[in-house]
Amino acid sequence: MAYLSGAGDTPFGRLEGSTALSLMAQAAQGALTDADLARGEVDGLLCGYATTLPHLMLSTVFAEHFGLRPSYAHAMQLGGATGCAMIMLARELVDAGRCRNVLVVAGENRLSGQKRDAAIQTLAQVGHPDYEVPFGPTIPAYYALVASRYMHEYGVSEADLAEFAVLMRRHAAGHPGAHLREPFDVAAVLESKVIAAPLKLLDCCPISDGAAALVVSREARGDNCVRIAGAGQAHLHQHTSAITSVAEFGARQAAGRALAEAHSGLKDIDYLGVYDSFTITLLILLEEIGVAGRGEAAARLRSGDFAATGKLPLNTHGGLLSFGHCGVAGGMAHIVEAQRQLAGKAGMRQAGERHRALLHGDGGVMSSHVSLVLQSDG
Amino acid sequence: MDRLAQHFWDGCAVGELRYQRCRECAALQWFARPFCVRCGADDPQWLVAQGSGTVYAVTTVERAPSDEFRVLAPYVIALIDLDEGVRMMAHGAAGLAIGDKVKVEFFAHDGRQLPRFAPAGAGVIPRRRWPP
Repeated sequence: MAYLSGAGDTPFGRLEGSTALSLMAQAAQGALTDADLARGEVDGLLCGYATTLPHLMLSTVFAEHFGLRPSYAHAMQLGGATGCAMIMLARELVDAGRCRNVLVVAGENRLSGQKRDAAIQTLAQVGHPDYEVPFGPTIPAYYALVASRYMHEYGVSEADLAEFAVLMRRHAAGHPGAHLREPFDVAAVLESKVIAAPLKLLDCCPISDGAAALVVSREARGDNCVRIAGAGQAHLHQHTSAITSVAEFGARQAAGRALAEAHSGLKDIDYLGVYDSFTITLLILLEEIGVAGRGEAAARLRSGDFAATGKLPLNTHGGLLSFGHCGVAGGMAHIVEAQRQLAGKAGMRQAGERHRALLHGDGGVMSSHVSLVLQSDG
Repeated sequence: MDRLAQHFWDGCAVGELRYQRCRECAALQWFARPFCVRCGADDPQWLVAQGSGTVYAVTTVERAPSDEFRVLAPYVIALIDLDEGVRMMAHGAAGLAIGDKVKVEFFAHDGRQLPRFAPAGAGVIPRRRWPP
């Protein structure tokens, strides 16, 4: 058995003077405090990568900085799926008896620590160096290509996409740590500046500073009785040009494996934390996983199901689209929020009693898929 | 640059779209490699595509990633299904839509000849009937 025994984060946004290490330390301290653990009790450390601190050995740099002497440590790189993948591995380490308490942490000053163009250029290298990057695509352009085809095949409209941006902003308004909290409506999304058609500014997540951390432990600690009940992965391609079909990116397989391991079906899930780098990312993932039929995710949103008060609350912290995106920690924020919802500790955002959550992370351009099922044993 | 990728771009420089076919299992691949990704056989054969295909996906980039591309913006990037059965990324003519039949042309940019696809038949002045 492996439990999410503690969660911590920093506010997301422009945090002047922050560094990758200072942000990671702040979130890590929050998670240790939540788990009521001393540094000496942490025997495993997994950390993400930081584009503003591209070190060969980020995990041990952080261990020394923060004051840890773990018996197991390394960093992991799987784009936006890194957070879910680290939790999956931490669970394996705990279940195998290798570690008792694994600290999982990521963070970086992605917004204030580099020029905006540098960030955009670094991220654009996600493309194939010889067959894609020479054409000058950006990250929004890769996703826009996927969007154009998906919308064509399943009759999804730009207004359908916009609904997800509006919902994430409404949720972020309830979180004091969110990067963007000013509400807007569908019309505002449709009128926002085109970045890479059909994606407009408000279809895209911001670049933020921030960090998130979780502790995975062999025992539940305090009131954090949130168990990792299932996990699954699928990796079908890396580059956009190598996508064979927009009907199958790997999300359904990853989620299916996680649900099977948890002896659950989608019908048993009552909270969703789904990766949302762009509105199209979120819509496709929901439909491929099967939360809604093809072309029907926006209708389910309009019915109110994904609201904090709905049947299946989705990203109640505001997601990458509004809570913010600082790399690996952006994808971990969904897990932090799910842990709090299941532990009944989401404060003003608490969406009633939540028992079983499905988390899904996506790295690259719909490339790497990792799902988790979390269960409240409280 | 990788030797095989260089061979692809050398092809573009002389107006050719070069791709690979496995000598054993006949699988096609767009990203050049010294082996077949399906069966693992070494040294796939190089072929030259006819240069015609169909638009699979398309976007117009308004915000370019670098100074080199800012001078082109806005520009169209598309995924093209070549008639031979491989999918590639390329530039496209303005106004390109999914499903359009397209033909390749090349233009010089930043030291390369970049493939760009335009509607097949474009550039040929349609014969007018008279009287209309």
